[in-house]
Amino acid sequence: MDVRITRRATLLGGASLAAGALAAPSIAQNAPIRLGGLTTLEGPFATGGQDAYRCVQMELERVNHTVGGRRIEFVRESSNAQADVALARARKLIEQDNVDIILGPLSGAEGIALRDYSRTLTGKTIVNGSSGASDTTLRNPSPNFFRFSTDGTQWMAGLGKHVHQTMGIREVAVTAGDYAFPYAQVFGFNLEFCRLGGRTTHYWAPLGTTDFTSQIAQINRSNAGAVVVVHGGTDGLAFMTQYAQAGGSKPLIGGSIMADQTMLSARGPHRRVMVDMISGGPIADVIDDPTWNDFVARYRRRWANEGGFTSPSIHAVNYATNLYGILHALKAVNGDLSSNQQPFQHALAAAEITAPTGAAVKLDHNRQAISDIFLNKIEERGSTAQVVAFGRTRAVNQTLGLPEQQFLTLGSPSRDNTGCIAS
Amino acid sequence: MDLAATIVLNGLTLAALYFIVASGFSLIFGLMRVVNMAHGAMYLVAGYVGYSVFEPLYDHDLWYAWYAGLAAGVAFAAVFGALVQVLLLGWMQGQELRQALVTIGLSIVVADQLLAMYGGTPRQFFAPDAIFGSTRVPGIGGYPTFRLVQIGVAVAVGVGLWLLLNRTKLGMMIRAGVDDRQMLGACGVNVPLVGVAVFSLGAALAGLGGIIGATAQPLAMGADGRFLLISLVVVIVGGMGSVTGTALGAVLIGLAEQIGQAMFPTYSVVLTFVIMVVVLALRPQGILGRA
Repeated sequence: MDVRITRRATLLGGASLAAGALAAPSIAQNAPIRLGGLTTLEGPFATGGQDAYRCVQMELERVNHTVGGRRIEFVRESSNAQADVALARARKLIEQDNVDIILGPLSGAEGIALRDYSRTLTGKTIVNGSSGASDTTLRNPSPNFFRFSTDGTQWMAGLGKHVHQTMGIREVAVTAGDYAFPYAQVFGFNLEFCRLGGRTTHYWAPLGTTDFTSQIAQINRSNAGAVVVVHGGTDGLAFMTQYAQAGGSKPLIGGSIMADQTMLSARGPHRRVMVDMISGGPIADVIDDPTWNDFVARYRRRWANEGGFTSPSIHAVNYATNLYGILHALKAVNGDLSSNQQPFQHALAAAEITAPTGAAVKLDHNRQAISDIFLNKIEERGSTAQVVAFGRTRAVNQTLGLPEQQFLTLGSPSRDNTGCIAS
Repeated sequence: MDLAATIVLNGLTLAALYFIVASGFSLIFGLMRVVNMAHGAMYLVAGYVGYSVFEPLYDHDLWYAWYAGLAAGVAFAAVFGALVQVLLLGWMQGQELRQALVTIGLSIVVADQLLAMYGGTPRQFFAPDAIFGSTRVPGIGGYPTFRLVQIGVAVAVGVGLWLLLNRTKLGMMIRAGVDDRQMLGACGVNVPLVGVAVFSLGAALAGLGGIIGATAQPLAMGADGRFLLISLVVVIVGGMGSVTGTALGAVLIGLAEQIGQAMFPTYSVVLTFVIMVVVLALRPQGILGRA
């Protein structure tokens, strides 16, 4: 059988193609917005990732998966906290799942990888999930990358000062994961602590370390008056368990992802040493704020019977905050993602929202959040340990109040640039 | 000085855990030539199954909770291993690449099923107080008792394996099977059944490692990959299929990891692999491996 292409058929085909192209924009306006979620359902932060999706789902259900008259289709993808995996999954979301916006990732180095990836995209937007490396938005920021959550350096605001001035401790041992997020946290702590004259000794361990006994032996024999622990997930749990087993008795200062329900809801001897631990961060279990109480109540109602924590985790709240940013901007532009998403991105940059914690959030010129940070203490309430906010620093910016130029000259946080500069 | 002693003891106790896990891997490879890439999955599945038994009993403060969890985990792993050999690997005997790929697939399926069933929350066993507290060790001071127990278990596993292989009829059959399967079959031995026994034993050792490991460190997703990698490294360094070699490999890797963590934390991971590279370059069959 031979196929003959007549002139008439060609004309007809051409006309219908043209009509299709012309009709495309109006179809796109009614088509659902495809929102790609990227979080860690594998690896050391699997618990946090799982909880992040709980809150995203809960908040999407609240708006009935609709904003600005358009439906939102949520596509879930997962990584394992490694930058290369996050990048591959983000590519899959953009290239195969055809998403318009990515909400994610969860972990520090992943954030930097996705920021760089976002720069190669046109007409797509990446809004952070919970990743908290400061350089993601501070140095070489990408116009397509937005972060409504605060970074690891910001989360330590007020902590170094509290340890030095209120607790009267002059020397601390810092044990931290050897990757971008803990660098940012240690930097934030040291910036205040060393400026006041404090001294720090650092112990780094690669992400995924589960045997800290030798490091703990060194710390217990040092002169440090307190231990600053900036590990997360199973690494943090392993450290705390082994610290308790080794009879550690120095006061503990926690990084932001230590004092979290992902840690406190796991059973074990670590809970004994973690009571009274001081930490800083964007959330606490108990915050005296009606917005927060309402959010926690909704979370409990929705997830109590489906494996939820007693209180949403830090990652969940960060994902929810960033989702709020997306929803706010989509509403402002009536769900219009045309013109390469330019109007949508302008609306994102101008968004002023209230985070689930009740903290006001707005973005700086690098599209990075300026928001409130809490000083927390772990208290035993009833039979459960809870993180209770006892202090609040309002409108903390990414440079912790230093002029941006001065902050930038300090260099990027790294294991060799810990922010411990006495001045 | 006591710090150095502590670090060495930490290295040895960690090595004990590595030995328990890797011995099963080494056994299966040495005797059946199967690179069991699902060894980590067996560690994980035993840990979770053991935990399901352990937790309700622990909630009731029953002293045997941990032992029950241990027994359940090891038994489940043994049955699981036997099933893997009977249902999957038995009928592709001798096709090493195919078996390796099948076990990789199996490990992915198992890990995802566990994630779906148990979620991502890390879990940990609590051993009875008698072996979970702190013991005074001369020259070191207080030291977690459970880590010393790990050494005891490892020694028991090592001696037990050696006796089994060298002093029993089953051991004789297993060793004969390694050298000449056909001749062993001709002597009237049910060779496939011997294979199932070996696989089941190897899996049970992974399961034992899973419970001991989940008592010493948190049990969570990702532990399967970690312990598979460690087993591979230990067995490659020590020598495939040699019990003594596995012990030696475990001690080297355990010590390297702990000393590395204390002296140059950033590069401690590299040290492990440097040892592997050196061994592979100078003695590809492993330190005590048969050429």
